[in-house]
Amino acid sequence: MTSPSSPSAAPPSVPQARVDELQQDAGRSGGVRQLLSGQVAGPLAALILAVVVFGLTTDTFFKADNFALILQQSVVVGTVAIGQTLIILTAGIDLANGAIMVMGAVVVGKFALDGNPLVALILGAVVCIALGLINGTLVSVFSLPPFIITLGMLSVVTAAARLYTGSQSYPIDAPLLTVLNEGPQIGGTTITYGVMLWIVMTLVITYVLSQTSWGVKVYAVGDNPVSARLAGVKTRRVLLFVYAIAGLIYAFGTWQALGRTPTADPSSYATLNLDSITAVVIGGTSLFGGRGGVIGTFIGALIVSVLANGLTQAGIDSLYQQVATGLLIVIAVGVDHVVRRRQVR
Amino acid sequence: MTTELSSDTTLLQARGLTKHYGHVVAMDNCDFDLRPGEILAVIGDNGAGKSTLIKSLTGAVVPDAGELSLAGERVHFRNPLDARLAGIETVYQELAVAAALDITQNLYLGREIRQAGPMGSVLRRLDKKAMRAGAAQQMADLGIRIQSIRQKVETLSGGQRQAVAVARAAAWATNLVIMDEPTAALGVRETNQVLDLILRVRDHGLPVVLISHNMPNVFQVADRIHIHRLGRRIALVESAHTSMEEVVAVMTGAKPPTSMHTVGADEIAVPALPQDKADNNG
Ligand SMILES: Nc1ncnc2c1ncn2[C@@H]1O[C@H](COP(=O)(O)OP(=O)(O)O)[C@@H](O)[C@H]1O
Ligand SMILES: [Mg+2]
Repeated sequence: MTSPSSPSAAPPSVPQARVDELQQDAGRSGGVRQLLSGQVAGPLAALILAVVVFGLTTDTFFKADNFALILQQSVVVGTVAIGQTLIILTAGIDLANGAIMVMGAVVVGKFALDGNPLVALILGAVVCIALGLINGTLVSVFSLPPFIITLGMLSVVTAAARLYTGSQSYPIDAPLLTVLNEGPQIGGTTITYGVMLWIVMTLVITYVLSQTSWGVKVYAVGDNPVSARLAGVKTRRVLLFVYAIAGLIYAFGTWQALGRTPTADPSSYATLNLDSITAVVIGGTSLFGGRGGVIGTFIGALIVSVLANGLTQAGIDSLYQQVATGLLIVIAVGVDHVVRRRQVR
Repeated sequence: MTTELSSDTTLLQARGLTKHYGHVVAMDNCDFDLRPGEILAVIGDNGAGKSTLIKSLTGAVVPDAGELSLAGERVHFRNPLDARLAGIETVYQELAVAAALDITQNLYLGREIRQAGPMGSVLRRLDKKAMRAGAAQQMADLGIRIQSIRQKVETLSGGQRQAVAVARAAAWATNLVIMDEPTAALGVRETNQVLDLILRVRDHGLPVVLISHNMPNVFQVADRIHIHRLGRRIALVESAHTSMEEVVAVMTGAKPPTSMHTVGADEIAVPALPQDKADNNG
């Protein structure tokens, strides 16, 4: 069956005008309107507001080089936060993502010491995906709470990375491993391949979430797992895939991080888990699952960087940056709460 | 096509269904008959075994014994997917829709249409236009009033939400729709809307099995009533030829089912009224 229709020839009991109206509505495409509606509009307005305020109050903010810098500063959190978004959309959370990314980095660092950097990079990716799969298995097959599972993983993987390296750092010098920090001159400034990769990944995941049936299932599982299961969605399989794909995304985060700081340091990025959650939440994705998307997360990561950068340019103590970020989190969660209260009657 | 069967044939038939949970006999040699094009109400006290019977018709429970046939052919449902593939769709009591998804996404959840050509086969792109058109047609066919097919289900009232669940079931069912207390969570006005919808689904040619506790609702829509007691069907009556008092009396054991005008009594063996629960179950 390709389209729903009752097995009968009985004429519709609704005036034809009404049917036409619905059909017309059905024919219009969603496009930009849909993209800008809901979750993305608020974060985008906040980003624009921040940019305008810092542009007006400092002379150094509104420069192409500064914008390029902000993008580069956002790239690691932004990339990892894509995976975090997928997990939060399923009403889960990943506290171990930073640890997984760092584990990937030290695996790459160790194998690249006297081996092929491509092989090292692939091995790092395999480790990230495997750790994602372990999370996914515990969450989906054994129905354990993601918060607890990933909290445990955070401990185990952080310790494992230090044991594996003897708490040492490895220098990264292979061009392949740092290539994401390079890039062509565009408009008088350097746009790195890392930034381009981040944008492309955001667009690819947006496509997957909004244009494929798998994407619909991710939202359905996060919104109401019971109804999803009753509708025939294999909810466990969807969850398992989400955590595995998040692992793959963290592997790209590893690559981005080695480009930004060419050292594989087992004690780096200790707050990346919370930073990625911050970007997701400020980007308008609901912590309760089922609502949001990665374009919002992209904007959320940018907002955090813009605040850090702008307040520094304005000569304001960096502690105020944390205050501002905290306020934004509270506002974002408050807005989400109001939206859900209004809509879930 | 179900509508081509004559009215005295049976679309879905069960004989001798039995299900034990430890020492509890949830179904005890239970029969079931559904005719094409009818609304069959299933009533019975709490714990009578209605849900167990319904679950064995939808594949959610596999009976220990007994047989099931659909349009004259033996069927074995090992899981809900088997029943769904056989054209049986179920509407559950809890409003089983995803609130953050829109009407179209709910109607097509798990059955999305992909675009033709490489866009669909390689890029897995959904054909949203086709799905919205199909959803609009389905909602219009069933006379369900909504503003837009893109409305998120959370913006709908409880009755409209259940209407979306019914529309989904009716859209995909090719043989019958089963509804387990679809109005239990609704107010009076919304209940009536859903009852109207059930009549329209029937009028479109799909038979409906309706489990309900609400006698006025049952008499409002049902063509026949299956009375369930102590794990089995004790009577099958036409609602036009009986009264609410009589049905309730038989359902609760105050009156023997032999006193009723049962339908097709020659083909349905009416079991003797159990005298004592403990004896009967032991
Ligand atoms: N999964 C189960 N495990 C144990 N006992 C069950 C189970 N399902 C139903 N029963 C028992 O079977 C009997 C019939 O239950 P049920 O089919 O739910 O009745 P109804 O839907 O008519 O209220 C009850 O005594 C109930 O406790
Ligand atoms: Mg029940």
